Amino acid sequence: MAELMYREALNQALAEEMERDANVFLIGEEVGRYQGAFKVSQGLLDKFGSARIIDAPISELGFTGLGVGAAMVGLRPVVEMMTWNFAILAMDQIVNNAAKLRHMSGGQLRCPIVFRGPGGAGGRLSSQHSQALEANYAHFPGLKVIAPATPADAKGLLKSAIRDENPVIMIEGERLYALKGEVPEGEHIVPIGKADVKREGKDVSLITWSRMYYFCEEAAKQLEAEGISVEILDLRTLRPLDEEAILATVRKTNRAVVVEEGWPLAGVGAQVVDIIQSKAFDDLDAPVVRVTGLDVNMSYAANLENAIQPDAPKIIAAVKKVLYREGA
Amino acid sequence: MASKYSKDLLLTMYRKMYLMRRFEERAGQQYGLGKIAGFCHLYIGQEAVAAGVEEAIRPDDYMLSGYRDHAQPLARGSDPGMVMAELFGRTGGYSKGKGGSMHIFDIENHFYGGYGIVGAQIGLAAGMAFASRYRNEDRITVCYFGDAAANQGIFHETLNMAVKWKLPVLYICENNRYGMGTAIARTSAVPEIHKRGEGFGMRHEAVDGMDVLKMYEAVKDAAAYIRAGNGPVLMEANTYRFRGHSMADPATYRTKQEVEDERKNDPIPRLKDYAIKQKLAKEEEFDAIEEEVKAQVDAAVKFADESPEPDLAELWKDTIVEEGEEDVRPRERVLGQKVTKWPKYPSGQELKVTWDLEPREQADKADKAAGLKR
Ligand SMILES: Cc1ncc(C[n+]2csc(CCOP(=O)(O)OP(=O)(O)O)c2C)c(N)n1
Repeated sequence: MAELMYREALNQALAEEMERDANVFLIGEEVGRYQGAFKVSQGLLDKFGSARIIDAPISELGFTGLGVGAAMVGLRPVVEMMTWNFAILAMDQIVNNAAKLRHMSGGQLRCPIVFRGPGGAGGRLSSQHSQALEANYAHFPGLKVIAPATPADAKGLLKSAIRDENPVIMIEGERLYALKGEVPEGEHIVPIGKADVKREGKDVSLITWSRMYYFCEEAAKQLEAEGISVEILDLRTLRPLDEEAILATVRKTNRAVVVEEGWPLAGVGAQVVDIIQSKAFDDLDAPVVRVTGLDVNMSYAANLENAIQPDAPKIIAAVKKVLYREGA
Repeated sequence: MASKYSKDLLLTMYRKMYLMRRFEERAGQQYGLGKIAGFCHLYIGQEAVAAGVEEAIRPDDYMLSGYRDHAQPLARGSDPGMVMAELFGRTGGYSKGKGGSMHIFDIENHFYGGYGIVGAQIGLAAGMAFASRYRNEDRITVCYFGDAAANQGIFHETLNMAVKWKLPVLYICENNRYGMGTAIARTSAVPEIHKRGEGFGMRHEAVDGMDVLKMYEAVKDAAAYIRAGNGPVLMEANTYRFRGHSMADPATYRTKQEVEDERKNDPIPRLKDYAIKQKLAKEEEFDAIEEEVKAQVDAAVKFADESPEPDLAELWKDTIVEEGEEDVRPRERVLGQKVTKWPKYPSGQELKVTWDLEPREQADKADKAAGLKR
């Protein structure tokens, strides 16, 4: 199996799907001549030409609407958001149109479109460029939301998203693009809606997704050294949530910590906790604990930026709390 | 001088305008009776626009609109009973009662919806036009919107792309001079909306939207221009709504005199007078059309009234496409009529994309001129 960077895995998925289906096209800022703001579309303009790799003007609302319109009549657009921060300008077309077309038309229309781009904090960019916005989209019926952590999942989920008949929001990890991992060649599909146990353990479950998975791994390794066995469930899909997998891991370890980069209020993690307490309450040996980003705007100052985000020490402290251990 | 229009064309347009008018009057009445709820934006007064457009384009051209969207599909050939049932929120409606007044969709007749967010359809239209070019089809997309919608960001963002990429789309601003209760001159720096095409290098024109023949001529010409690959057109149809913004609006922001003056321009008697003066049709022929349409609208109301409310199980359908799920053919579901016009798009394998959005040499030249090396 080849070792690929996360961005290369996404590039491979795009190229393979565009080759397979001429209805697929990519539109976004700097995706063509510039080769992608984060180089995800590197080389695609040469392969597929300017009608299929489209450099859009800086008009998030406009080109998102154009994508949705194209999907309404049978094309399969992939709309790249330079980052999800800017996609806030396109929210109306995603939420009021893409998510609702099928319903409002009573099942006459479908909208097979992928909106994708990097999300998440870091890199000293301050408030407007550093946000984990997945909860915003997970809120809306009519959308699917995916957020892969590894290069292999990135490839497999993007392929599924492009083939899906519904609008799919794909939040990639801005800090993960250069990360390497083994990626199966060719037809590698990760189904939307299935979480993945990335580490087996028996004392406590860490439930997470995207970049936070790596902090969970770091925490798990340190905890293992202290004799605490940690299971990590990578949700991968945030809408629909894989309830079965969430309940299965909690029933196995009887303790859970939910780790999320975004803000706590109305976060995806809040819904995960609700699922656990309403369907697996009797299996719990301790209240579920959440680790989230702090409920503030992101700062530029290095120390403040670090303090705002979850990290391994915060996760370790949370695990000790659900285990009623010292230091919590 | 003999009229250059055929009798058939004039009577068809008359029938369509008369149907829109009677349908909307009955809709207003049913709203008063509590059978229709929500907002109910009537088209009364603006009929010449939809009727003129429809006869000037092809039935398989795509079309979308805003929330004032009951009448345009009727001009396309949608079933009045199914539109009325949608207004009633009943199973017999095009969207099984899930869309209501502001969201009429009749895909079989290529009517891709009414949209409740002011201006939202302007971007969608560009995407549908984009798809036509991508698939080498010569169909155009017609997009209706109001004068107030022209102040939305998406209008400006989309026009820029539509011109740059020569998208085959006809934007028709139905300027009825008011956005809800606000006169256009109070909110628009340049109230002649079509002039905004100037800044995008876009063909633009204003048309008397109270004259169906003028609309017909202008749209025929614009459609030929667009179909020939010249890119989009922005057309402003100057029109007037005789009623309030919606059924909830008594329209006190304009004078009785103003409305009375505008009523003198009513496009429906205007066309009738013209046809009779030109000796193309007789009074009795119009009477017969009117009788037929009245019966048609009566039947539509009866159909809507007798159609059941949707089953609660419907709540869980039509949000996400489940694996293997078929799309709904409303006419088959509601009237049991086999649908033959349902769009079939070429699969990815059959499709050859030959269009060059930005020819390589052109882009290279621009880069070179800018001193760049790629
Ligand atoms: C984004 C948005 N803002 C406000 C409204 C409320 N609203 C509905 S219709 C309307 C006036 C629009 O007027 P115009 O575009 O001229 O169309 P007309 O009603 O004249 O046909 C307003 C403000 C809305 N539906 N959507």
